[in-house]
Amino acid sequence: MNRNLINFLTTLLLAISFSFFLPWWSVMVAAILTAIVVPLKKSAVFFVPFFTIAIFWIGYSFLLGKDNDFILAKKVANLLSLGGNHYLLLLVTGVIGGLAAGIAGVFGKQLKSFSNTTEQ
Amino acid sequence: MKYLKLILSLVLTIVVFYVLNTKLGSVPPIAKFLNPYTGIWQNETPENVSGEMTISGFVEPVTIHYDDLLIPHIFAQNNTDLYRAQGYVTAKHRLWQLEFQTYAAAGRLSEIVGEGAINYDRQQRRLGMVYGAEQALAKMKGDSETMSYLQAYSDGINAHINSLEDENLPVEYKLLDYRPEPWNIKKTALLLMYMTKTLASREHDLEYTNALRIFGEDTFNKLYPDFFDIVDPVIPKDTDWSFVTAEQTARPLSEIPLDTIPETLPKPNPNNGSNNWAISGDKSATGNPMLANDPHLTLNLPSIWYVMQLSTPEHSSMGATLPGALGIISGFNTHIAWGVTNATRDLLDWYKIEFKDNKRTQYKYGDGWKNTTMRIEDIQIKNGKTIKDTVLYTHHGPVVYDHNFKGDNALSGYAMKWIGLEGGNNQSTFLDLNQAKNYNDYLNAIKPYVAPAQNFVFASTEGDIALWVQGKFPNKWEGQGKFLMDGSNPDHDWPEFIPQEFNAHTKNPKRGFVSSANQHPVDEQYPFYVFNDGYDTYRSRIINNFFRSKDKFSVEDLKGLQNSTFNLKASEMLPYILETMDTSSLTEDELKIYNEIKDWNFYSNIEKRAPSIWSTWWPKLYMKVWDEYEIEDVALDRPFAYQTIYMLTHMPNDEFMDIKETPETESAQDLFLMTFKETAKELIQWKVENGAYTYQKYKGTFVGHLLQGLPAFSRFELPIGGDGNTVNAMSKNHGPSWRMVIELSSPPQAYGIYPGGQSGNPGSIYYDNLIDDWAVGKYHKLNFLQTNEANEGIIGTKTIKPSNQ
Repeated sequence: MNRNLINFLTTLLLAISFSFFLPWWSVMVAAILTAIVVPLKKSAVFFVPFFTIAIFWIGYSFLLGKDNDFILAKKVANLLSLGGNHYLLLLVTGVIGGLAAGIAGVFGKQLKSFSNTTEQ
Repeated sequence: MKYLKLILSLVLTIVVFYVLNTKLGSVPPIAKFLNPYTGIWQNETPENVSGEMTISGFVEPVTIHYDDLLIPHIFAQNNTDLYRAQGYVTAKHRLWQLEFQTYAAAGRLSEIVGEGAINYDRQQRRLGMVYGAEQALAKMKGDSETMSYLQAYSDGINAHINSLEDENLPVEYKLLDYRPEPWNIKKTALLLMYMTKTLASREHDLEYTNALRIFGEDTFNKLYPDFFDIVDPVIPKDTDWSFVTAEQTARPLSEIPLDTIPETLPKPNPNNGSNNWAISGDKSATGNPMLANDPHLTLNLPSIWYVMQLSTPEHSSMGATLPGALGIISGFNTHIAWGVTNATRDLLDWYKIEFKDNKRTQYKYGDGWKNTTMRIEDIQIKNGKTIKDTVLYTHHGPVVYDHNFKGDNALSGYAMKWIGLEGGNNQSTFLDLNQAKNYNDYLNAIKPYVAPAQNFVFASTEGDIALWVQGKFPNKWEGQGKFLMDGSNPDHDWPEFIPQEFNAHTKNPKRGFVSSANQHPVDEQYPFYVFNDGYDTYRSRIINNFFRSKDKFSVEDLKGLQNSTFNLKASEMLPYILETMDTSSLTEDELKIYNEIKDWNFYSNIEKRAPSIWSTWWPKLYMKVWDEYEIEDVALDRPFAYQTIYMLTHMPNDEFMDIKETPETESAQDLFLMTFKETAKELIQWKVENGAYTYQKYKGTFVGHLLQGLPAFSRFELPIGGDGNTVNAMSKNHGPSWRMVIELSSPPQAYGIYPGGQSGNPGSIYYDNLIDDWAVGKYHKLNFLQTNEANEGIIGTKTIKPSNQ
């Protein structure tokens, strides 16, 4: 299997598992651990965890909001100066989760490279 | 290089975590706020109105039926379970507001919103809000039955708070990044203080003192008469007062200090008030008495009111509750209906205090000195800092103004005597009203009630109607408390209270109706001292004239009256203006506007332009008449609108009509023209920017979120007419916060509506679903369940099972 795909699935699985007992930053823990176990190369180090968590958060938020016609999301999108557009709010939610996970992924990768070189 | 990369990525990770997890300015901790597991997406949930739950503390099962307005109908087996369930259900739907209001009362907003609230908090502390709540609590402790219900209510709220995980917190907690603290009985006392401050802290003493000093006694009396000729008081003029055997306190021979103060504390909104009335069976189209009530307050979301039905096998009541207080406040039960309007008299007075020395441990009193007591107020701020404020207490009350607060003299200050700090068990009044069956029960319920004084209107299925002006009123001497008093003179202390049985009241009057709209409680024949301290002069006359206009009234008539936009004030001012104003200098554009208001029928309706003209013109005219009041660094209150109109129409050449800064001597007619031209200019400009100035758009009625009016959670440009002086007393953001009309059939038929919704969650369809109907004057029939069984109006039933853990 493609390494990117393995990283994607691992990150997703860990993020979902951790979310049951950790706050929102569980996605950062998931990304760091995955980066150590399934290290990636170049920009994928950032973008794979970024897209994994972005998709996860957008998907989950969408499921929560759609049963309530996004009544609150539209108001919060006003509050955050997004013109009342709940799709934009979904996007922002995804980008924030993604950013946290992506940066954590980069850190995990550096941790991995660092320990590899010190072991040799 | 490796080290550098590692450290750089670590730092970046920490920075990203910090930024996303911290509240920065007004931006919430954004990842905490938006993540789908604990953030706002979790508040995006339809209401859950059925199922079973187990909550410890309940003795027997409780059933809660929710109707299609999300009104809970609570059926308990005993009072303790009932009030425990009331606390639980209120917290479930209104937790953030419930807590926020008591933080505001206690002067603790800085803990939640930060430094911006320090001034507000300090004012609350200096007014003794927490001290007052402690006094009330001390009184309530003497009543073990009420205390047990207060405790049950408190436990009910805490049962909900304790069940909350991060994800279930109301949105506002997530936005401001804090958590609810446990509820306690003192918070109920604080909420009642909040209402007392809103309704019973109006006074003009220091402003009047300044006016007296500047204008002299004769002019003062001309500007601020104690009574007006047209007063149509709450208790009818022909009342026989011979039953009053006590006398008014004699006026002592003494001087009042003519001090000055540059700035006073903000006053409650002068429009805080209400309408209520009851008509007898003889005057009712169906033969059953009818009762109506609509309290006027600043309109917020979540609404100040929360509607409930509260039932046990012994009693069943329904109506508007105040989140934080027990029972129904304005509503009905199987046998009676009741409602309240504000009956304030001057119940807040100021005393000049002279300290012995800089230590301020003693102040002058009589021939000697009395000790002050010190109360240290700690104001905690969100960032972790604490500010200390020391407030000195005299036997009158707290020294609100001193050299630490709006004053500059280290050796003197102004102490406040306020009924709000007297302490009282006001909760028991409402608990008793909820179970009252007849006039005597009603009377016993309201007897111990202290403040804020209310006009308690009453009607029963037995056919009685009544109205008591109830509160504790000091038996003041003529003129006492109108101005600053001498805190060292024992003659200036508040005298004994008027015995409760001599409070003004009326039962089954011949005219067939009782009513109140915050006007004078009585006329000059009442044996105790009353003076005009800002009483209504318009709504009251419209209401009373309406009930004198025909023989029989229906529920629809009463609804219509609550929604009446007839502008009596304009109708008493405008014809005179139009008759006497010289229009020869008006331009074509001005003439167009002039003709618009000339054709007005005095109804402030939303589709008209004339009420927009009037609402711009009148304040300009008013301010122009009283240009003499524009004095820097002197606190002054201008005379009331009624007196202003009286002088404009009866004394058009009075010296006050002259504008001091012009060399000419102006008359009322000059002021009319001058302010009309300014009005026209403003409206023409408005039209260029916003289009036609029809009243709905021009007035821009809104209901703002309780947290600094957050626009995203507020509602704007509502289609409702009226202004502060119409029976439908809707100004821009202040008006009928609850309307109810009840027919005392058996069982009673009730209709109610309020500008909000039952849910405090901005993500719920029930957050603001009643606003549109409220604005256009529609009512919902209240589903007063007769048995603990769901009928067709019920959408879900929840059961609470007791547990003995």
